[in-house]
Amino acid sequence: MTTLNDELKSGLPQGEASRRNVASRRRKGAIWRTIFLSATIFGLIALSLLVYNVVNEVFGYVATEYAVDPATLSDKPLDELNKDELVAVLQGNMRKNAFRTLENEKPMANRSDSEVYDLVIERVLKPQTLETWTLRDSWFNKAAIDAQVASEFPEAKLEFRSWISTSFLTTPMSSDPLRAGVRTALLGSLWMIGITILFAFPIGVGAAIYLEEYATDNRFNRIIQTNINNLAGVPSIIYGMLGLVIFVRTLEPITSGRIFGADSGNGRTIVAASLTMMLLILPIMIINGQEAIRAVPLSLRQASYGLGATKWQTIWHHVLPNALPGIFTGTILAISRAIGETAPLIVVGASTFIVTDPDGPFAKFTALPIQIYNWTSRPQPEFAHIAASAIVVLLVMLLSLNAIAVLLRNRFSKRG
Amino acid sequence: MDDKVSIGMDSRRITTSQRETTRPFSLKKQPRLGESIIQGFLLFCGVLSMFTTIGIVIVLGSESIAFFRQVSIVEFVTNTVWSPQIDEFGILPLLLSTLLTSTIAMCIALPTGLAAAIYLSEYASRRARSILKPVLEVLAGVPTVVYGYFALKFMTPLLKSVFGEANVNIYNMASAGLVMGIMIIPLVSSMSEDALSAVPRTLREGAYGLGATRLETAIKVVLPAGISGIIAAFVVAISRAVGETMIVAVAAGAKPTFTFNPFEAAETMTGHIARISGGDLSYASIDYNSIFAIGLTLFLMTLGLNMISRRLVRRFREVYE
Repeated sequence: MTTLNDELKSGLPQGEASRRNVASRRRKGAIWRTIFLSATIFGLIALSLLVYNVVNEVFGYVATEYAVDPATLSDKPLDELNKDELVAVLQGNMRKNAFRTLENEKPMANRSDSEVYDLVIERVLKPQTLETWTLRDSWFNKAAIDAQVASEFPEAKLEFRSWISTSFLTTPMSSDPLRAGVRTALLGSLWMIGITILFAFPIGVGAAIYLEEYATDNRFNRIIQTNINNLAGVPSIIYGMLGLVIFVRTLEPITSGRIFGADSGNGRTIVAASLTMMLLILPIMIINGQEAIRAVPLSLRQASYGLGATKWQTIWHHVLPNALPGIFTGTILAISRAIGETAPLIVVGASTFIVTDPDGPFAKFTALPIQIYNWTSRPQPEFAHIAASAIVVLLVMLLSLNAIAVLLRNRFSKRG
Repeated sequence: MDDKVSIGMDSRRITTSQRETTRPFSLKKQPRLGESIIQGFLLFCGVLSMFTTIGIVIVLGSESIAFFRQVSIVEFVTNTVWSPQIDEFGILPLLLSTLLTSTIAMCIALPTGLAAAIYLSEYASRRARSILKPVLEVLAGVPTVVYGYFALKFMTPLLKSVFGEANVNIYNMASAGLVMGIMIIPLVSSMSEDALSAVPRTLREGAYGLGATRLETAIKVVLPAGISGIIAAFVVAISRAVGETMIVAVAAGAKPTFTFNPFEAAETMTGHIARISGGDLSYASIDYNSIFAIGLTLFLMTLGLNMISRRLVRRFREVYE
């Protein structure tokens, strides 16, 4: 025994050496701790950089030049004029033929105040964006901007613009970034998500119930379970290709609405996109739903059976109500995934340029992420501003959805 | 309140006793039509996912067969040019850029994600966790198209300023890969953290009892014990990077190029599918069939990776009690 001990001791550092050994191990520990911490904080930095880069583009100075000086059009500022005065301005500053064409398209009497106002801006003032600046430049380099504008565009008007505004939310797509909005895209996204939930929720919950409550541990059910796990890892663009062939082409009579009497030409409609999204989020919903159902204590089911309830009565009255908060949370997470998905929509064929509101499930549509993709891909700097604004709209939507998820969970868990 | 309950129970007792008098009570399981219908519907919901998989295989398979009738498989996997206009269909340039962007992404995501997981599971106080975990969750919830914007408007200019304006193309694989890495960090960290937290406390306490430091416990005891889950996380991360579309579609470029230079523009498999199907595409063209051949390659790659990940977990899992 003593020999073994001695042998061990001779291999270990003694005295001063031992102290140094411990100190160096401690130092190494401290260094690595810092490295681990900074890796975690890296995520925080990345997130702040991302938010900063988006917000930086949403606000900033814009130098615009008008074809006509607004002050010469009338003695009052334009936005204080009433409709008749605006029409008079239009008539006075446009060529007669052009005005007549406008009148033929839609008589002035039938146009609303804001429509006429927009016409004045579009046809008479003809604003032209000369240069835009980011928020950072506008904040810190105001003097340089002023100097640049004074020397390069002496005629231009410099104003601070928030690219995201109520009109950005309520106007449809336009090729002019100053007047483009996300109305069509927002409505398209909402329609698509609504229909997706309509299909995905019952099927997802149903499958979760089947797998947790009914399925016995046999080969068939194991294959289903493995299959769902595998599907959750399939890239979203593959779902897009599946949707393109099955929903857009094979089921075209249904997805174009032809058999319902609402023909939209081809199958590239909201329904086709929603069904594709449904397939995409089903595995996530099923896996989350299963977890929620599994968390319901067995004693609850046994108590219910003990009182003579049937299997379905037990599930409907006891298991589901208790699993609901979890199922809702899972559903909302799946929906936030669907709202942000872009690739499958591109493949299924969301339109990139569309100005009419979607009027039903069989309409052509565009969606927020598609709009962001489209605007991000354009080289002109003005489009970066509206892409960033659309990103803000999308992120606000996602954050509020998650807030709803948290609220729902809290409310239900209190009741339970 | 109490009265009501007792009345209800009484009336039920009466009905059961009535039933008992009319026919003999049987302990055999009663057939219930409603329940069977519901169970049938639930089974259908479960089986629907099988149809999805079968659908994917049939769709990708049949369109790919149409493609391989015109282009030989050998040419598909060996040709280094992808240019449908001149009938050159070699997947290598698309595959190479996919692998390059994924490799760059993994260089960021795997070490950072694992380090973050170790910090969160072994070091962080409850307070630190409550701040850092939601940040990572938000990062995981940001749509990929937003990351695409981030790559093009932030990462590319940053690379240009570091490596020189002339050396870095406006669309390049490095920028897409780096941002993809950031996107995948939360995935790696949350899966690895789950694996590390599953390691029993007793193991850590044993190590501390032998005089190990926190680092030594984490690296030499906890990490090896949770290695199956961590490797699974890594493999899932790779499969995620291979299948990622929007970042590369926005930032990596729109021309298939066979290049090893990460600062060049080169289209990936997913980026190519997105660009070709985004345009007005005739269903009869070979372009249309070709994206399904790429899709099939992609599907097989990710499916293989996911299966490897599951197998690794099963093989290396250490079961404690």
